[in-house]
Amino acid sequence: MGNAYIQLSDVMLRYGGGTIALDHTTLGIDEGDFVALVGPSGCGKSTILKLVAGLLRPSAGAVIAGGREVGAAGTLPGGGAHASQAPRLRIGLAFQNPTMLPWLTIRDNVMIPLKIVEPFRRHFGKKKHGEYKDRVEALLAQVGLKGFGDKRPWQLSGGMLQRASLCRALVHDPELLLLDEPFGALDQFTREELWDIMQTLWMDRRPTVLLVTHDLRESAYLANRICVMSSRPGRILETREVGFVRPRTLESSYAPEFATLVQQLRMRIADARRDGDATPAAAAMATATTTATAASLEEVVA
Amino acid sequence: MILSPRTRQRLLSAGALIGFFLLWELACLAFGVSDLILPRPSQIANVLIDKMSLLWPHAAQTLYTTFAGFVLGVLAGIVIGVGIGSSRLAYDVTYPLLVGFSSIPKVAVVPLFVVWFGAGTVPAILTSMVISIFPVVVNVATGLASTEPELEDVLRVLGARKRDILWNVGLPRTLPYLFASLKIAITLSFVGTVLAETVASNKGIGTVMMIASGNFDVPMVFAGLFLLAAMGVALYAVSSLVEQRMTGWAQRKTDMAMA
Repeated sequence: MGNAYIQLSDVMLRYGGGTIALDHTTLGIDEGDFVALVGPSGCGKSTILKLVAGLLRPSAGAVIAGGREVGAAGTLPGGGAHASQAPRLRIGLAFQNPTMLPWLTIRDNVMIPLKIVEPFRRHFGKKKHGEYKDRVEALLAQVGLKGFGDKRPWQLSGGMLQRASLCRALVHDPELLLLDEPFGALDQFTREELWDIMQTLWMDRRPTVLLVTHDLRESAYLANRICVMSSRPGRILETREVGFVRPRTLESSYAPEFATLVQQLRMRIADARRDGDATPAAAAMATATTTATAASLEEVVA
Repeated sequence: MILSPRTRQRLLSAGALIGFFLLWELACLAFGVSDLILPRPSQIANVLIDKMSLLWPHAAQTLYTTFAGFVLGVLAGIVIGVGIGSSRLAYDVTYPLLVGFSSIPKVAVVPLFVVWFGAGTVPAILTSMVISIFPVVVNVATGLASTEPELEDVLRVLGARKRDILWNVGLPRTLPYLFASLKIAITLSFVGTVLAETVASNKGIGTVMMIASGNFDVPMVFAGLFLLAAMGVALYAVSSLVEQRMTGWAQRKTDMAMA
């Protein structure tokens, strides 16, 4: 573990009430990788995501994203002192709730990042009716929302809003894509369809992705690497490589190798839930031994 | 003939209005009420028509004063509301102060304004302003303070500045709250103006009513009341029209989405 693209080093996070959400968490993600975080609920998965996004600051340890310290313990929000560091990463974020702004049309909602993020921001006034509009329309068409750009959020179903939310996370070509259970509230059919769309988008653009999910099949379908977390305070217990060839399909997700991986992940999480209060020493060891157990699973679906 | 629910509702409210005046007229005739106590609507209408040339400049004065006070009050209210609402600390710290200010009976501050600025238009505008600030401040501050953090996170993660977030999320989110307060503020503004005109002015409907009641010209007093009510309704209607245009999304108007 050294200086990966995204690097959490010995991070501890204590919330205002004194709850320790994360403890001695170390995690590295390479550029262009697709990593899924799974674990029992309340284990701090979303907290990691917020730390990487810069929405939270660690109480101890450091979070580095793209060579820039997102938030070390003790630094002030805003990071004015870090002017010499690498520029801020372009981040795309999609939550479990679509969080569309109700006063904007779907198109304007998807366009928000272009209005805020440089270098798009400086041309926004000039291009919002031309180039940027086309860009948004193309993306909407790609997720199956062609012709819905003029609708208001309340006129769309949950699944459609979630698609729009994905578009908003991707419209500014983010270098880092953070997904917080983005398909969690959807029915299974929509979810599986969106997995496929997500995979295609990732293969086209190759952003670095950190996906937080409860759904083990989802993590196995989408990710290159799966990190299993312990219950609170969260630590990373184990990392599994997922070697299945891409593009993965619905059929391949019912193959025996796939089922085996999902089952093993499931058992690991059951263990994590049972002995949630593992000793810090054991947990630290688990953090260090990351990819050892993964070798046997690097099989390829025919 | 089948009427649309909307037309039906309008016909009914027009009917209620006419019925109210008819009942008033008939009751006064039946019980022989003197016009010194309660003039009939037809007498009031007569006064309104006969004395229009006399009343008109006063009505214009009241309308102008109210509008000036209302606009100033709303602007001040928005500025103060945004200041208070965008920080939790400011919200908690200044709220008692605000409640204190709003509890002061506004009639008590009119003499103070007269001492500072002399009798006339200025105290009336100021009273109208002071009385309309509070509902705007409270609503704007509440709207901002209750903005869902998730909506703000959408922008924060993009590296948006505080000003971007306020402009793109906080303020649009607060518009329905602001417009709800405008409807309250406009009617309060009238109260403020008339209050000041009654106490210290030589122009405006408030003054007219004051003088008329001194002369026991009760129909004239009622004519003043009618004018105030009519102007109040008109301004209320304007603010609710603007509200619908600006915040249709909050009421989920489908026709707006198609526009």
